[in-house]
Amino acid sequence: MYGISRRGLLQSGVAAGVLAATGLPLRAQTRGGKLTAGLGGANTSDSWDARTHSDIFMIASCHGAVFDCLTEVAADGSLVGELAESWEASADAKTWTFNLRSGVTFHNGKSFGADDVIESLQMHVGEDSKSAAKPIVEAITEMNKLSDTQVEFVLAAGNADFPYLMSDYHIVMYPAGQIEEAIAQGIGTGLYKVETFDPGVRMTASRYADHYKGDSAGFFDEIEYIAINDNTARMNALMTGQVDTINRIDFKTESLLRANPALRIQEVTGNQHYSMPMLTDVSPYNDVNVRKALKYGINRQELVDKILLGHGAVGNDTPIGPANQYYHAEMEQLEYDPDQAKFYLQQAGLDSLDIEFSASNAAFEGAVDAGQLFQSSAAAAGININVIQEPSDGYWSNVWLNKPFCACYWSGRATEDWMFATAYEEGVPWNDSQWGSDDSARFQELLLSARAELDTDKRQEQYFEMQQILRDEGGVLIPMFANYVQAVNNRIMSPDTVGNLWQMDNARMAERWSVA
Amino acid sequence: MSSLLRIILQRLGLGLVTLFVVSIVIFVAVNLLPGDFAEAILGQGATPESVAKIREDLGLDQPLIVRYFEWLMGMLTFDLGTSFAQLNFANFGGAGSVTVAEQIAPRLSNTMFLATVTACIAVPLAVTLGILAALYRNTAFDKAANMFTLSSISSPEFFMAYILILFLAVLNPIFPSLSNIFDGMPFSERLEKSMLPALTLTLVVTAHMMRMTRAAIINLLASPYIEMARLKGLSPMRVIVKHALPNALAPIINVIALNLAYLITGVVVVEVVFVYPGIGQLFVDSVKIRDIPVVQACCLIFAAAYILLNLTADILSIVSNPRLRHPK
Repeated sequence: MYGISRRGLLQSGVAAGVLAATGLPLRAQTRGGKLTAGLGGANTSDSWDARTHSDIFMIASCHGAVFDCLTEVAADGSLVGELAESWEASADAKTWTFNLRSGVTFHNGKSFGADDVIESLQMHVGEDSKSAAKPIVEAITEMNKLSDTQVEFVLAAGNADFPYLMSDYHIVMYPAGQIEEAIAQGIGTGLYKVETFDPGVRMTASRYADHYKGDSAGFFDEIEYIAINDNTARMNALMTGQVDTINRIDFKTESLLRANPALRIQEVTGNQHYSMPMLTDVSPYNDVNVRKALKYGINRQELVDKILLGHGAVGNDTPIGPANQYYHAEMEQLEYDPDQAKFYLQQAGLDSLDIEFSASNAAFEGAVDAGQLFQSSAAAAGININVIQEPSDGYWSNVWLNKPFCACYWSGRATEDWMFATAYEEGVPWNDSQWGSDDSARFQELLLSARAELDTDKRQEQYFEMQQILRDEGGVLIPMFANYVQAVNNRIMSPDTVGNLWQMDNARMAERWSVA
Repeated sequence: MSSLLRIILQRLGLGLVTLFVVSIVIFVAVNLLPGDFAEAILGQGATPESVAKIREDLGLDQPLIVRYFEWLMGMLTFDLGTSFAQLNFANFGGAGSVTVAEQIAPRLSNTMFLATVTACIAVPLAVTLGILAALYRNTAFDKAANMFTLSSISSPEFFMAYILILFLAVLNPIFPSLSNIFDGMPFSERLEKSMLPALTLTLVVTAHMMRMTRAAIINLLASPYIEMARLKGLSPMRVIVKHALPNALAPIINVIALNLAYLITGVVVVEVVFVYPGIGQLFVDSVKIRDIPVVQACCLIFAAAYILLNLTADILSIVSNPRLRHPK
């Protein structure tokens, strides 16, 4: 059974034990009321086409409220079924059979079944597809409808994370044969039914009466998401009580929010990380000793304190974060050590090093400042960094993947394999350090074997080793993980465990929160 | 009256030429900005292939001149086109693709609503203050009114907006700081939600109109016919309202028209601060992703607003001035 992760089982088991021991009653969540959220990250080009989604407003509206996926990552990080009730893999993790929930209906009354799954997945492939989930769906070679409630997927290569991939917010289920209409009007199987939708302005929805999740989720009668891209306006709206919750707190004014007794701040460290990739096929970064010198030459804690104002955690040069299943938390932390940096510089046969670091605030807020802090900390080790401020427009096309050393950010991925396959597998387009088997054949080998490994203990061992390789030799400096910080009015109750995979309780506040 | 008609037609013709020039300037300017729609929309996901694919789909790989004339031909048939953002993802037989006109219409009507509310507050206020300041010129009242309006026009709009939010929304919750009006909202609620942006804009435009009213009236007060009116024993208020004001109307109308145009074209900052879904926000969003059809349409609307309001001002000043109405 793969319905629950080892870590998730442990966590929920421990939590239940603690509750039983203290005799505290679980707070019951009751139905009713309205949730008004002010969200940054909306665009006038927004639509109900999940293939195009990339920011929180539409993810929270579509994936978090109106539509459903086959599987769902719970707040504690475990994987549970959403439209799929259970799933099984063949021994090589190549063939997956999903058992679908029966009796589910779309908001227009159509019942949900295997055809909807197949057609919804097919939207992502095809020559012209610009879907962000194309690589995931392309890995499926065959989709077979075994019965109305059973679908079989045959993959090109074994992938133990396949059920996790089915929780991706791009891959939501549309009604077969009515996809065009469903995209135009927002017809899904989610907890809330669209009432009005004005792209880049506002979305309102009401609770769908016969939802299969029943009384266990979706506690509000109505939800209203208001697009507020301006930081100050968002904060004003929360302070004056016009919205119940906002995302992306401006750290500079956070103390004002904390001083307001009617509000509380939710802060979680997830997989979102700020990185500095070096092209490992370009001199001098092709020398592992130079990379090591840089790893010891950066003051990670200083960056967390000054760039994130404390709202984050130091990184260890691996993209695997606390929201991942096989996060190696005990791995020894790289610390700022100019002597070590000098030592590795000498190993590389150099007395001093002159390099250029390209940055822009398009990579992350404060990237140029981070470059300057790096410049001063590395100078102590004889590394002279020239920080080049690049224009924000076209940064991702002209600088990232092109300049040998630059600033970058990643929101992270739910699974290790997904993250590695996106940016660390040899030859993939977003491999921003040109990391390949020349650098570490072992890493690429582990990447493939861990992907198809169904035994969680063996898998953990492999992923731990991969994280170690990246820390010691990897081409990407990952100095910090940035927290997701949001604020909620005390009128609204939220469970103690808040999802850390994405902002706003994994964008599922409409599903998990309730009126206090 | 035929001369008036001729002037109107002449000005409308010139207006069209202006619009044409504006469209060229905007088109070139947007294209000069670094980055284009494909790069902006793909962001970090921009691979050379996907950028090339989007450029090809949208015709962005064509030379600038070709693209401009294609747009112009559409424009001549009153077709504003479809925004790049809508075109880009309209994979399903054009479903859900909204034309620029359909996108702009509700936003423009929201902006017009805000402009109307503001004008209803600002114009009477400014003219009244101007008349009173002329009447009681060089008194404490005159100086206070001048000082207040000048300081409000001298501060940046967002600053005035935040001051109003602080006093009228946070400290004394009278008006909401969020002006998220939408279709089907009752008129009274719509008015309440629009109040803070309207007051901010009022503060910004009042000074200009008030000072022009005051100056125009004071200018006339030295004229012999005003002396005459005074000698007849009329009250100062009557002298100003009945005798001076009609002759001062032309410059006042001009300034009012200019400020009304500003209410339509200059609301970008105010709309962003108050999250008001008007054309200014749409414009900012579109510039951000280099969505040229929408940017062009917005700019043409802004330019047309200026041209038409100025034309109206000129016509009204001709109508209000018999000497211009009957030129020799």
